[in-house]
Amino acid sequence: MPVTTMNGHEVHVDDEGFLTQYDEWTEELAKTLAANIGIDLTDRHWEIIRFLRADYAKQGETATTRRVDTVGGFPTKEQFQLFPKKPAKKMAYIAGLPKPHGCV
Amino acid sequence: MRKLLVLGAGTAGTMAVNKLRPRLDAAQWSITIVDQDDVHHYQPGYLFIPFGIYQPHEVTKPRHRFIPDGVDLVLGTIERVVPEDNKVLLADGRELGYDFLVIASGTSPRPDQTPGMADDMGGNVHEFYTLEGATRLAEKLKTWEGGKLVVQLTEMPIKCPVAPLEFTFLADAFFTEQGMRDRVEITYVTPLEGAFTKPVASRHLGGMLEERKIQLEPDFMVESVDAEARKLVSFDEREVPYDLLVTIPINMGADFVARSGLGDDLNYVPVDKETLLSTAYDNIFAVGDASNIPASKAGSVAHFAMDLFPDNFLRHVQGLPMTEKFDGHANCFIESGHGKGLLIDFNYDTEPLPGKYPLPGVGPFSLLKETELNHWGKLMFRWMYWNLLLPGKELPLPALMSMAGKQVEELS
Repeated sequence: MPVTTMNGHEVHVDDEGFLTQYDEWTEELAKTLAANIGIDLTDRHWEIIRFLRADYAKQGETATTRRVDTVGGFPTKEQFQLFPKKPAKKMAYIAGLPKPHGCV
Repeated sequence: MRKLLVLGAGTAGTMAVNKLRPRLDAAQWSITIVDQDDVHHYQPGYLFIPFGIYQPHEVTKPRHRFIPDGVDLVLGTIERVVPEDNKVLLADGRELGYDFLVIASGTSPRPDQTPGMADDMGGNVHEFYTLEGATRLAEKLKTWEGGKLVVQLTEMPIKCPVAPLEFTFLADAFFTEQGMRDRVEITYVTPLEGAFTKPVASRHLGGMLEERKIQLEPDFMVESVDAEARKLVSFDEREVPYDLLVTIPINMGADFVARSGLGDDLNYVPVDKETLLSTAYDNIFAVGDASNIPASKAGSVAHFAMDLFPDNFLRHVQGLPMTEKFDGHANCFIESGHGKGLLIDFNYDTEPLPGKYPLPGVGPFSLLKETELNHWGKLMFRWMYWNLLLPGKELPLPALMSMAGKQVEELS
């Protein structure tokens, strides 16, 4: 696994830049990750990111857009507005979680 | 007397009773299997029906023919499982008790879950994931005069994830053979980033779409179908117009799973992905498509998992730790049209790669490559399904995936 330096900290990432260690994520880091993909984090973004972090801690896998809608209560439409084009991927990237597995 | 109850007499449930009956002492164990009807469907055959390659009657047989002596087949609709009381309630009021429960109730397409998708079903909107839908589509294609054909995948996971691509390749071949390919514009619409989930296969299969002049519309998460205006609308407000839409609706596990409080948000039963034991109840397993394991929803996954399941089950009921660990192994033939096909072989951790299967360097099947032999393999498989697979006979294929014979490509 490659190691990269962000905000002065060494973090482990996969070859697409997703953080691989749950505990290496911080809210500071999230701002940098969001900026990397051109997203300015509003309160609503943070609510979703916190839901994703908490849900991952419980479930052991990244919530899908469906789950963020049905369990988290954030409508899919809004996810697309907040994280344009690829919400599932972008939400996971900023929240420091693995990309949700598109099951083969 | 201990009771084993299996819910669902499809691929996985039927294999389970065939493999377990000879190994559970008849004086000590009763086995009961429940399904809502007595018709077993060879679901891989649906793909061929729209193009007239298979006829509907060629893909069904009575379920009871595949249930061995010493197993009771109960026909009835399942209302719900009451796991606290170790019993299952049927809609007609019957109750079935169990010591161990195996949920094998599969997954089904649910067009009702996407606004507008069901409105024109059978008109300009079709699906081929049910026998009824595939048969209707065959009728439609007999007289369709061309225009915009859109093949659209709603959301993963779906049963047989390669079938939408196969349908698209076969449609291209079908219209070419009918001499009307120039009057059909084909678009493949998917919520994935490319033609398929995993990079190497996605590149190979994406190239095959390009060669066939099939447009790819990736990252398209459908919000609704506008049946009146004949267009798909995505959550990010893109639109794809169609004259004929062939949709793969979202797939969900059985509703009784949800009613029983045993399902996740898609009604799949959460299980340990290596042993298939429920994460909530120590006497419930879920096999085949009904579980939430991160593998393909496919008969081949059910088959490879079922090679390991009986040993685990026998140990578990004796209070011993389960020793066999399923790796998510699957392989699928992919029809590509004009009498050719591909084969892919993969598991939880290894994506489909090129090479030879099952014998390294020899094959006879080629991985991720179009050959005539792969196509014949696919056609032969129907015989194997009815005569070897469902009865629980050994197939000469290892249960766990092997890297031998695979070429690891550098990703560019």
